[in-house]
Amino acid sequence: MSYVWSVVLGLVAGTLARLFMLRLDYRQYPTYPHGILTHLALGFIAALIGSVLVPAMAFKEFTAVTFLALAAQEFRQVRNMERETLVKLEAAELVPRGFDYIEGIAKTFEARNYLTMATALAVSGAAFVLNWQAAFGVAVLLLTGTQFLKKGQVVGDLAEVVPARLHFQGALLMVDDIVIMNVGLPEAREKILAEGLAILIKPKDDNGRATLHHVGQRQAILHTAATLLGIKREIGELEFTPLARKNIDTGAVGVFILPIEKDFDSLREIINRVPVLESASRKPLSTQAGRIAAD
Amino acid sequence: MGTELIGAVLAVITLDPELVAGGAPIFIACSREEQIKIALVLSRILKGMVHDLENGVLIIVKH
Repeated sequence: MSYVWSVVLGLVAGTLARLFMLRLDYRQYPTYPHGILTHLALGFIAALIGSVLVPAMAFKEFTAVTFLALAAQEFRQVRNMERETLVKLEAAELVPRGFDYIEGIAKTFEARNYLTMATALAVSGAAFVLNWQAAFGVAVLLLTGTQFLKKGQVVGDLAEVVPARLHFQGALLMVDDIVIMNVGLPEAREKILAEGLAILIKPKDDNGRATLHHVGQRQAILHTAATLLGIKREIGELEFTPLARKNIDTGAVGVFILPIEKDFDSLREIINRVPVLESASRKPLSTQAGRIAAD
Repeated sequence: MGTELIGAVLAVITLDPELVAGGAPIFIACSREEQIKIALVLSRILKGMVHDLENGVLIIVKH
């Protein structure tokens, strides 16, 4: 097949892959419309780089290949760009995402550009070496494949979410037997007892326990819950800050939140679907020592 | 955002002056109601949180 057509096919497949990997959900991130446009443009460039590679190699244009490798390096900047933006926006969040969540988002953006590049490369390669039917097959395979690749583990895979009792022991706010914080004002205590929600996240195994131990993971859970359920926290009212604290004996995490929508089933669904952060994920059970300790 | 003092006791509100001394500003209240009122007002002004030491002393801490 002519190199023009293989480049065009690679470009189309790569750009489509980037478009399908851009999910605009409740997070509204990347922001619509300009954030989306930025990433589509970057995706287009990534697809172009990927699709030109095979024809360039075939025509022994090694200078071109070197330049393409250099251009691919630029995509590392995508991670920095996303990280910087999110860290700056963090100051305006009453329940912050936390640095681990931000790092996870930034990494995802970078990785998806590489997936775009890989899709374009494979499709244009198949078109160039074989024929358009093969390119079409590869495109369909990769476009569905990337949809599976972008799905990671969620908290529901690692732990079980159960209702817990919110109560006070003197001034100490407790979720079951986990101390959350000391609340000094009686009015705040009454409001917390009347309108607060408490849940317990019970890890299913040692891997889950080690992951929930990570403070960044807990912050991501709180941020997601606060975004979806709404939160009765205001500037300067620290009593109503949602918190997640660990039972140091069992590793279960008690979560306290004062939501606008007090709905346990909704909260359980939210927590089950919070992504497990790449930087928080721990797997002690993949080592022999970890398995010995687990019994 | 400017520099902030974190983890510091900003004010102490007490019913019994004998119980407290030291660096933080001390407010002495005549009754429990007055103490709670002062704590509420101070916590909103200072953007801190009220904690109860459970010996009749309330403190305001910036987190």
